[in-house]
Amino acid sequence: MTQDAIQLDEVTLRYGQVKALDGISLTIPRGEVIGLLGHNGAGKTTTIKLLLGLLSPASGAVRVFDTDPAHSPRAHELRRQIGYLPENLSFYPQLSGRETLRYFARLKGASPQEQNRLLQEVGLSHAADRRVKTYSKGMRQRLGLAQALLNQPKLLILDEPTVGLDPVATRDLYNRIDILKQQGTTVILCSHVLAGIEEHIDRAVILAGGRILALGNLDELRHAAQLPMHIRVRGSLPEEGWMSRIGEQGVSLERINGSQYLFTTPESEKIPLLRTLVKEPGVKDIEISEPSLEAIYTFFSSQWRM
Amino acid sequence: MRTILIVAAKEFQDGVRNRWVAAISIMLALFAMGISYFGAAASGGVGFTSLSTTIVSLSSLAIFLIPLIALILAYDTIVGEEEQGTLILLLTYPLQRSQLMAGKFVGHAGIMALATLLGFASAGLMIAIFSPVVSMEELLSAYPLFVFSSILLGWIFIAMAYLISAVASEKSRATGLALAVWFLFVFVFDLALLGMLVATGGSVADELFSYLLLFNPTDIFRLLNLTSFEATRVQAGLVSIASDELMRPVVLIISMVFWIVIPYLLAVWRFKRRVV
Ligand SMILES: Nc1ncnc2c1ncn2[C@@H]1O[C@H](COP(=O)(O)OP(=O)(O)OP(=O)(O)O)[C@@H](O)[C@H]1O
Ligand SMILES: [Mg+2]
Repeated sequence: MTQDAIQLDEVTLRYGQVKALDGISLTIPRGEVIGLLGHNGAGKTTTIKLLLGLLSPASGAVRVFDTDPAHSPRAHELRRQIGYLPENLSFYPQLSGRETLRYFARLKGASPQEQNRLLQEVGLSHAADRRVKTYSKGMRQRLGLAQALLNQPKLLILDEPTVGLDPVATRDLYNRIDILKQQGTTVILCSHVLAGIEEHIDRAVILAGGRILALGNLDELRHAAQLPMHIRVRGSLPEEGWMSRIGEQGVSLERINGSQYLFTTPESEKIPLLRTLVKEPGVKDIEISEPSLEAIYTFFSSQWRM
Repeated sequence: MRTILIVAAKEFQDGVRNRWVAAISIMLALFAMGISYFGAAASGGVGFTSLSTTIVSLSSLAIFLIPLIALILAYDTIVGEEEQGTLILLLTYPLQRSQLMAGKFVGHAGIMALATLLGFASAGLMIAIFSPVVSMEELLSAYPLFVFSSILLGWIFIAMAYLISAVASEKSRATGLALAVWFLFVFVFDLALLGMLVATGGSVADELFSYLLLFNPTDIFRLLNLTSFEATRVQAGLVSIASDELMRPVVLIISMVFWIVIPYLLAVWRFKRRVV
C-alpha cells in the first residue's frame, strides 16, 4: 500500500479525433486538498472521469488507492469510498430531496441517520420533502453535495461545486473542506472561481489542452511564475532619492496620490526594499499583496496560448 | 442482489407513482371488456360470445397493445437517464452496470406484470359474471394461460426496449427505433410472411413457415393462445399453418423465454460498452 491516493502515469485519452488528455502524470498523496484548474475544455472533467472509472485511458495507468478504477475487481469496493459531485448535476425530478438521498444512501450502504444529518448540514431540512423539480439551482447543488458526502468518503471529487451556491453556502463548503482535510480526506476541487480557494488548497494543478502546465503549492507556483508583487505605502517619501534608486533593481514606483505610493517589485527585491522602507521616518503603513492565485493562473494560461 | 433490489424497488415505485400501473391496468381492462362484448359484431350482433372467440379477440388486442405499452414504458431506460444526467452519477456508485440493468428490469417487469394482471383479471371477472355462454370453469381453463403469456409478451418487449435504449445515442432515436420494432413485429413480419406464402403458392413446406413463426414473438403468443381451441385455428389466420409439433405449449413458452433472455443479454452487453 502506498501513501498516495492517486497516481496518474503518462495518461492519454482521446474522444474520437479530439485528444483530451496528452500525457498527464500526477501523484496526489492521501489527505491532500488539490485544486484542479484550467480553461474550458482543458481536460479537468475528463481527468475526473478517469479517476471514477467512467473512462479508461488509451495509454498510461490510473490508480486510485492502488486500484485501477475502471477494470480492477476491487473497483466496486473503491466506489464506496469515493464521493463525487458532477459538474452538470441533475436528479430524478419526481422524487423529493429526502427520497433522492435515501436512494443514493441505500446504494452506498449509508445509514438513515447519516441522511438526515447531511440534509441538515447542507441546509435542506426544511425542503427535504419537496420534489427536486421545485428546487432552485443552489438547492440542487446542496443536495448534490449531501450525496457526495454520504458514507464519509476517503476521496471527495468536486467538479465546480460552488456553481449556484450563495456566499454563505460557499463559505460553509470551504470550511467543510478544511474539516475533511483534518480528518484525512483527499479532496479534488475543480473550479473556475479562484478567488477564495487559495487558503483551502494545498496544491494546485493547472491543465491546458490536455497537459499539465504547472503544479505545486502556491509559493512554488508564485516562484515559478516570477510574478512581481505589490507593496502599498502610506505616508510620505523623499521623492528624488527614491526615484533614482528604483529603476536599477527592477522595482517601479507609482504615486497614487499625495500620501500613497505603489511599488511593484520582483520577489527577489522584496526584502531589501522592505528593509529600506521600514527605516523611512515618513512611512506610516506598509501593505504587501502577493500575486493571487488568479494572477498566477492568468500568467500560466497566457504562456500556454503563446 | 441487494443492489438489484434497491434499483428495482425505485423503478417499481416510480411506475406506481407515475400512475403507469393504474393507466395500463385500466386501459387493458376497458379494451378487453369492449372487445369481448363487441368483438363478435362482425358475425352478427353484439354480446358475449364463446370463450374461443373471446380469446382470439383478446389475443389480437394484446398483440397490438402490450408490445406498444412495454416499449413506451422502457425505451428510454438507459438513454433517457443519460440525457437526464442522472446516469453518470449512478455509475460512480458501487453498482455494476449489469446490476443496474437487472434492477431496472425487475422493476419494469413487475410494473408490467401487475398492470397486466389487474387489467385482464378484472376483465376476466366481468366476462365470467356477465357472459351467459362462458362459465367460470371454462374461463379458468384457458384464461390464466392468456394472462400469463400476456405478461411474458410484455417482458419480451421490455427486453427489446432495453436493447434499443442501450444502442441509441439519443432519446429521439430510441423513440424511432421503438416504433420501428413495434411495426416490425406487429405488422410487417406477418405481412411479409403472408406475402411469401402467396408468392410461393404453397410449394414450400408448411414446416418451414411454422418455424419462421418462432422469429416473431407476437406469433408465438398467438400460437400459444390458440392451442387449446381446435375450432379457432380457422379464425387465426396465419398461425393456422403451424405444425402440431410447434403447437405444444411448452415449446412455445420456452421460445418466449428465449425472446426475453436474448435481447436482455444483448442489452447488457451493449450497455457495458457504452461510453457515458
Ligand atoms: N463526450 C465527449 N465526446 C467528445 N469530446 C469530448 C467529450 N467530452 C469532452 N470532450 C472534449 O475533451 C476535451 C476536454 O473536455 P473536458 O470536459 O475534460 O474539459 P473541462 O476541463 O472539464 O472543461 P470545462 O471547464 O468547460 O468543464 C474538450 O476538448 C472536449 O471538447
Ligand atoms: Mg468540466
